[in-house]
Amino acid sequence: MTKKELLRQKREEFIEKNGIICLDNVSKNYSVGAAALNNVSLSIKPGEFVFIVGDSGSGKSTMIKLLLRELTASSGSVYVMGHDLGKLSHRKIPQFRRNLGVVFQDFRLLKDRNVYENVAFAQRIVETPVSEIRRNVPSILATVGLAGKYKSKPRQLSGGEQQRVALARALVNKPSILLADEPTGNLDPNNSWEIMKLLEEINESGTTVLVVTHNSEIVNAMRKRVITLKKGVIVSDEEEGGYIDED
Amino acid sequence: MKISTLFYTIRQGFANIFRNKLFSLASIATISACLFLFGLFYAIVMNFQHIVRTAEEGVSVSVFFHYEGEIPDDCKRTHQEQELPTPERMEAIGQLIAARVEVSDVVFVSDDEAWASFGKALFGDNYQDGYTENPLAGEDSYHVYLSDVSMQSALVSWLESIPEVRKVNYSSVTANTLSGVNLLIAYVSVGIIIVLLAVSIFLISNTVAVGISVRKEEISIMKYIGATDFFVRAPFVLEGMLIGLIGAAIPLGVVYSLYNYALNYVTERFEVLSQFLNFLSVEEIFNVLTPVSLVVGVGIGFMGSISTVRKHLKV
Repeated sequence: MTKKELLRQKREEFIEKNGIICLDNVSKNYSVGAAALNNVSLSIKPGEFVFIVGDSGSGKSTMIKLLLRELTASSGSVYVMGHDLGKLSHRKIPQFRRNLGVVFQDFRLLKDRNVYENVAFAQRIVETPVSEIRRNVPSILATVGLAGKYKSKPRQLSGGEQQRVALARALVNKPSILLADEPTGNLDPNNSWEIMKLLEEINESGTTVLVVTHNSEIVNAMRKRVITLKKGVIVSDEEEGGYIDED
Repeated sequence: MKISTLFYTIRQGFANIFRNKLFSLASIATISACLFLFGLFYAIVMNFQHIVRTAEEGVSVSVFFHYEGEIPDDCKRTHQEQELPTPERMEAIGQLIAARVEVSDVVFVSDDEAWASFGKALFGDNYQDGYTENPLAGEDSYHVYLSDVSMQSALVSWLESIPEVRKVNYSSVTANTLSGVNLLIAYVSVGIIIVLLAVSIFLISNTVAVGISVRKEEISIMKYIGATDFFVRAPFVLEGMLIGLIGAAIPLGVVYSLYNYALNYVTERFEVLSQFLNFLSVEEIFNVLTPVSLVVGVGIGFMGSISTVRKHLKV
């Protein structure tokens, strides 16, 4: 068995035991103010659909940044897909992120490129052969309902459509995990539900989905696992949970 | 890296120029302005140096030798004490002079040639009328041309130390003036280059700062998707180098046309002036200016884009 295969086997064993996402006593302190996360521990199994909820300043965004390895934990360990992110070198970050799909509230599309190019870009990064890109991109655009708009520029699309493009881009490389940071934050209720349905479909196909949101209506209606953060601490973690109203 | 990725990178480098038209135009204009000033200054300085050098090449030192029957200029020395050079010794001295580093050329002028030249200049073609003998008999000399006039005094001292040498004619005023002008041009060149560099760096850093804000979001998106530093950097760097290349090519074209026009104008309108002042040809100027400008332009684009991208790679 080669060193690479051995490492992969170890990671698979780790995931089976500790989950595809695992936070072990994680704290994150910024230079100013109180800790953004304080001794947080959690485990998410492969194929789960999880909501992370909480008010502004509760530590939701910090958690997403830790999972993306945009930040490193001040103490404790963050494991994603069996990688100890605290020990991941800068050189290996791109490779790690290619197995993660990310969707943001503000879509973060390349504004000067059309829908096709935005989605194809994710495939070009992983050096997918051009012939496969030509097959995969129309297929994923059809999945998110944008087959007819591949030539449009982001500014020519509605908010809901832009978020679908972002979803298509996140999914085209078939990631193991999809992280969605307030994916419905800029959308009207109809578009929000469309996006959530898509996320549910993606989850049903086997992808682990983690959604950070404060849309109580959606959280309460979908009856998924809900982890609630308050001032950097997990205050509740419920299967088929609901949004805990502060008031 | 796959070939398709390489082609994609190159295509993106070109496409980026059109995507950010305003930024590209601002960058090209900045680099063009700096290199235009550089090109103009280079052409002027090179011509100054050429004119001074041409003048220097005309500066010569004349070396005269003792001859039989001369009237001594020093009462203490008698005819017997003077060392008269044999033709072989004269030739050997000529070779010794030519071997010196500060000497560019040595021309032997016999007394007959000297009289012919002097007589014609003074009395015209009938200069020999009334003269049965060469009045400059024995005045064989070497005309020594210098490669560096600032070393004239050293050469003169050496020449005067040769026993067979009777006198050395030279103009210290001409030599000093030309060396002074040369030094002045060198100082002014260094001064203007420093000012131009400072202005260029200021303008380019401002343009780069604008570029940073334009690119910040784009680079972070690429990094979130999993792009390697190389994949992010390469199209931007290529774009920067292309902008630098275009920014260098434009002023080269403008300076070429201007210089050509100015050269023709001066040559045609001020014919008298062009007899004294020998300007460099367009080819002589652009043989150096073209590669230097292109390398500087591409270098500025390369450095500017590298520094822009580096700041945003840590996402």
